[in-house]
Amino acid sequence: MLASASPVLGERSRAESAATPKTKQAMPAVEGAIPVTLRVNGKKYDLQIDPRTTLLDCLREHLHLTGSKKGCDHGQCGACTVHVNGRRMNSCLCLAAMYQGDEITTIEGVGQPGNLHPIQEAFVAHDAYQCGYCTCGQIMSAVALLSEPVGPGDAEVKEFMSGNICRCGAYQNIVEAIQSVRQSTNRQKAG
Amino acid sequence: MKIFELTRADNPGQAIAAAAKANTAQQGADIRFIAGGTNLVDYMKLNVETPRQLVDVNHLPFDKIEALPDGGLSIGAVVRNSDLAYHPIVRKNYAVLSEALLSGASPQLRNMATTAGNLLQRTRCMYFRDTAMPCNKREPGSGCAAITGVNRGLAILGTSEHCIASNPSDMNVALAALEATIHISGPKGERSVTIGDFHLLPGNTPNRETVLEPGDLITHVTLPPPSPGNRSLYLKLRDRASFEFALASAAVVVTMDGGKITRSRVGLGGVGTKPWRSPEAEAELTGQSATQAVFQKAAEAALRDAKPQSQNGFKVELAKRCLAHALKLVTQTA
Repeated sequence: MLASASPVLGERSRAESAATPKTKQAMPAVEGAIPVTLRVNGKKYDLQIDPRTTLLDCLREHLHLTGSKKGCDHGQCGACTVHVNGRRMNSCLCLAAMYQGDEITTIEGVGQPGNLHPIQEAFVAHDAYQCGYCTCGQIMSAVALLSEPVGPGDAEVKEFMSGNICRCGAYQNIVEAIQSVRQSTNRQKAG
Repeated sequence: MKIFELTRADNPGQAIAAAAKANTAQQGADIRFIAGGTNLVDYMKLNVETPRQLVDVNHLPFDKIEALPDGGLSIGAVVRNSDLAYHPIVRKNYAVLSEALLSGASPQLRNMATTAGNLLQRTRCMYFRDTAMPCNKREPGSGCAAITGVNRGLAILGTSEHCIASNPSDMNVALAALEATIHISGPKGERSVTIGDFHLLPGNTPNRETVLEPGDLITHVTLPPPSPGNRSLYLKLRDRASFEFALASAAVVVTMDGGKITRSRVGLGGVGTKPWRSPEAEAELTGQSATQAVFQKAAEAALRDAKPQSQNGFKVELAKRCLAHALKLVTQTA
């Protein structure tokens, strides 16, 4: 039996009764779908999704925010990294329906063409990618890293970026890009 | 992934009542609590876990780290691993726990994973993860493919003829050395279990990993006050420098008086079927001078009962050296 989206225990209502057409993003009706409201990049989305839908699949397939990538789908490669309430997470291991009420940020919310985040500009300047598949996840981790307790050295940056795999092996330039932003931020603070 | 019903518990009573209807709290549970989901969702994708109901416990009021009046620490069940690792009291009084947590997984996973979830973290044995293979833990009576298969990463302590799966957690090893207590709320009320009694050896029932029964909800973990002047350290040895499970690890907590070790606690990771505490090593250390010969004796004692498999014999020597080196480092620090 399928109940409604994350019903509070003891107050279950049937999915059918909740499936009123309040969705902005119309999707074909799926049997057993549950109503879920997500807040992504400052925008609210009312959706009907299968409870098995991961946050990654929801972002890509329902909201068409395809910057977040599916690499391993098991939390090992980091291509799916997004921010939830400002903290980086593997969206492939998040069930979307459990993140209602949270502020989700994807690469699309971090910067746009003409309005790049300093980390994005640094990735371009330092040629910190080859094929680009892992890059969105790398950037989401790098942006989060800026506000994490990471020591000043390259070794610390490498340790804190170990949850993001780059099969092309652009690691050296990724570290350089991140360090350039950290060092210029420190200079600004000092100045 | 099999279909499930997703429900949310807004108070502990709701969670306990929902899960009390489960057939078991062990492998094959039809009702599961979910918090960070880093382990459970992974295993659901592999159909190793096939619950028909998930109870989201993220909203329960177990997200605090609190100093206790006796000088100890209380850690809520849904405190995230990263928050625990960076907490000032943990860094100051329980360095071994902070180091163990930060040596595990990746920053993203540590932001998601919780205290209780890490306690219940399941083995990485590839035969447990693969539903096409026999596994006594996943499917009792089906056999153990690991004993005659790829067992390089698996356990050498606490194994049985039915299961050699290693416990993958770093946090649990530190908790063993810190003599943590697990607090459980269940259908019959509240109880507490020491970390040493919480996990079960595989024996004839490797599908039973902990003492938990249906409806049992871990609420928090407590640590005793740090012994005055203690030093602690976590040393992890692995195939990669980061984001990799331990081949062998050691959690050591010692108190020194002059050059003598007056108190010691030793945990081992990567080698046991459960988070491994070694009273044998502790007996060799306590009252002795901090010398290489003493560390070596302690390491020999800790691994005396090791039963290596076809591919993991190297772990016996690796674990000995890991422990001896950890003891050297921790007794050196000023």
